Amino acid sequence: MTAVAARGLMRRLPYLLPLALFVILAGYFWIGLGKDPHEIPSPLIDKPVAAFSLAALEGRERGFTSQDLIGQVSLVNVFGSWCVACRIEHPFLMQIRREGLVPIYGIDWREKDRQAGPLWLAQHGDPYALVGDDPDSHAAIAFGVTGAPETFIVDAKGIIRYKQVGPITAEVWEQTLWPIIRRLQAG
Amino acid sequence: MANHSPLAGRLITALAVLWLSVASPAYAIQPNEVLTDPALEARARDIGRELRCLVCQNQSIDDSDADLARDLRVLVRQRLTAGDNDRQVIDYVVSRYGDFVLLRPPVKPETWALWFGPALIGGGGLLAMALYFRRRSRASATEETSLSDADERRIARLLEDGRG
Repeated sequence: MTAVAARGLMRRLPYLLPLALFVILAGYFWIGLGKDPHEIPSPLIDKPVAAFSLAALEGRERGFTSQDLIGQVSLVNVFGSWCVACRIEHPFLMQIRREGLVPIYGIDWREKDRQAGPLWLAQHGDPYALVGDDPDSHAAIAFGVTGAPETFIVDAKGIIRYKQVGPITAEVWEQTLWPIIRRLQAG
Repeated sequence: MANHSPLAGRLITALAVLWLSVASPAYAIQPNEVLTDPALEARARDIGRELRCLVCQNQSIDDSDADLARDLRVLVRQRLTAGDNDRQVIDYVVSRYGDFVLLRPPVKPETWALWFGPALIGGGGLLAMALYFRRRSRASATEETSLSDADERRIARLLEDGRG
């Protein structure tokens, strides 16, 4: 750069600086606009599952405790009969169960009525190895759940490895969940 | 009733202001959640105001009617009753939901831009303005003294002529 050009730039700097600041801020806001505010980064990734113990659904023998997650890679799925998006992913969970890819544990979250969960599973099918009843969000808060459905990948040592917010679709499964599960099962 | 006296009008305004000032903000806290120990309940309120409802996001858990907010209020009270101090209760919730759950973000390296950015940008602007004006006033000051000898002589001559 010649000295003259450099001096010209220096003279224009006071006018260019606000423009540069505007462009940077606009860039940040533009990215922010495209983000889903419900996708909150979880501080629980790579942390062990907090201890919890859920009662069995009505008419069932066993509930679901944090101890059940030790020993194999598993999915923990938060659902509720009131949750519309859970219906979208439900056939997919059934398919995972049928193919025996990974055991799924269910947290039946905030049912107003104790019959509602068992009835829903009887109607749509039960993809879960074990289901616990969580009317007061004990396990949900232990997992830092903000809405349903949410699904966690927990490794054989009981450490949370991934959090999926929103329904599991074929795309999410193929591109994100299944590769992580396979890697953990191999390791 | 059409012509109120000015005094009556002022009285009504005063009463309205008084009424609004004694009205308390509406909390979503249900009577059955409230602890019997008023000291513990007061601490629970202080904590509840600091925690974000993760469903509605722009309300505290004390303000929110969401089910999850209710469960978090109950959790805060359970932990207080179990003997946790305020810090421990807040840390417990943060360990599960992250800093996002705090309505007032903590001051740490990741949030320095947020806390100090506005002051930095404002201060930078003030500094730039001060420099600009100082340079301008100095420039005009040097201009006055930098007349050439020829100019000085011309001014002197003009002044002489004017007087004469």
